[in-house]
Amino acid sequence: MQGIEKAAKQRAEELLNSGEVARVIGWKEGDFSYDVSPATFTKENVQDFAYTPFCGANLSKYLIEESKKEGKTAVFLKPCDTYSFNQLCKEHRINRDNIYVVGIECDGKIDVDKIRVRGVDGILSASDDGENVAVNTLYGEKTLKREDLLLEKCRACKGKKHMVSDELIGEEKDDAPRPRFTMVEKLENMTEEERFAFWKKELSKCIRCNACRNVCPACSCVNCVFDNPASNIASKANADSFEEKLYHIIRAWHVAGRCTDCGECSRVCPQGIPLHLINRKFIKDMNGFYGEYQAGVNIEVNAPLNSYDVSDREPKDFDSKE
Amino acid sequence: MQVENKEWKPKIVAFCCNWCSYAGADLAGSSRLSYPAEVKIIRIPCSCRLNPTFILKAFQRGADGVILCGCHPGDCHYTSGNYFARRRMTTLFSMLNYLGIEKGRTRVEWVSAAEGARFSQVMNDFVKSITELGENRKLEDLRCKE
Repeated sequence: MQGIEKAAKQRAEELLNSGEVARVIGWKEGDFSYDVSPATFTKENVQDFAYTPFCGANLSKYLIEESKKEGKTAVFLKPCDTYSFNQLCKEHRINRDNIYVVGIECDGKIDVDKIRVRGVDGILSASDDGENVAVNTLYGEKTLKREDLLLEKCRACKGKKHMVSDELIGEEKDDAPRPRFTMVEKLENMTEEERFAFWKKELSKCIRCNACRNVCPACSCVNCVFDNPASNIASKANADSFEEKLYHIIRAWHVAGRCTDCGECSRVCPQGIPLHLINRKFIKDMNGFYGEYQAGVNIEVNAPLNSYDVSDREPKDFDSKE
Repeated sequence: MQVENKEWKPKIVAFCCNWCSYAGADLAGSSRLSYPAEVKIIRIPCSCRLNPTFILKAFQRGADGVILCGCHPGDCHYTSGNYFARRRMTTLFSMLNYLGIEKGRTRVEWVSAAEGARFSQVMNDFVKSITELGENRKLEDLRCKE
């Protein structure tokens, strides 16, 4: 992995110095090395560019604004981020001609909270060798199994192939997609009351910070329904459990069929609500009802909710097995 | 004078498409066929006009059941609106059930302008099943309750 990290930074510098692109969208370390955030780089600050095991953020949404600016924009996309990129192209939200896509190898990214819950404090940095993660802390080095630390979205990785790229750093592996509906199926097998209790517990944690909406590459309307003062739920804390449900159902509904399952919503949730389970339920349902569909793969194919078939099932039969 | 120990009656919101089901309701009326007074009809231009927020908001404001009526598949005034509505409602109902909401609270029925008798029968049947399900507790907003 170390090689890739160096190569990525070098390539970002090259692109900027040669004048090929006006800016590069990448990741930057904060005060702590695990505190990585997306950033736009120019020649002046490109030395801060970083590609580390903590670079989980999907950068495609930033292109909506950046691709409108003058000059080309280079962006570093991991395999799963390219699905979102394709989806944004399909919806004409970004100007493809203005963008240079650097596909970058990814072996799954690490969730710092999963290091913390294992009782490791004073984290300084981490390096991974593909099998284990060596966490360098104030109190010495700890080695943890890499698989245990992966972000939720990486545990359901769609594969290591880029859907789109102008050049590649590293290599593409032929990994099969990991199963992602295990938890959805577990919930489906519960009783109505158990499910209701589960979601009540999860959704009542919501503080309506809107992070899930703001980070979502599919949620890119200029005027959002939740910002409409007449909606009664514009940018305010939920006052009733109904509002939590309304917000989360509608949020997931608005991206149904366009959600690439990039998992950003759950990754950024400060309360740790498993929001991906709502999105994945929509994906699983639509796959089951209307045929397999993965948003962001083929930009020519219509999404399930944008098309129909005369022999579609009736709404009352949503839970029949046929 | 206040009447106490009133028998509980469900509140039902019926979204009816302008071209078929709303006319079906009219026919039920002019044919002197009765349907329960608990049903409040809201006319929409087409069944695919129904935004899922409408359904959730109806529940918030105290509805116990929501039913969508539209033209039979294939008969849509706008050619394909009800086909889209069908897909949307199927996925939405599945999601509501996934979040633990009772399956029978929401329903879709196709009623044509000539089916006054069917309209009355559908509404009687829906009110009966909602009465059995009881009050909507899972999607209620306590601030909106009397």
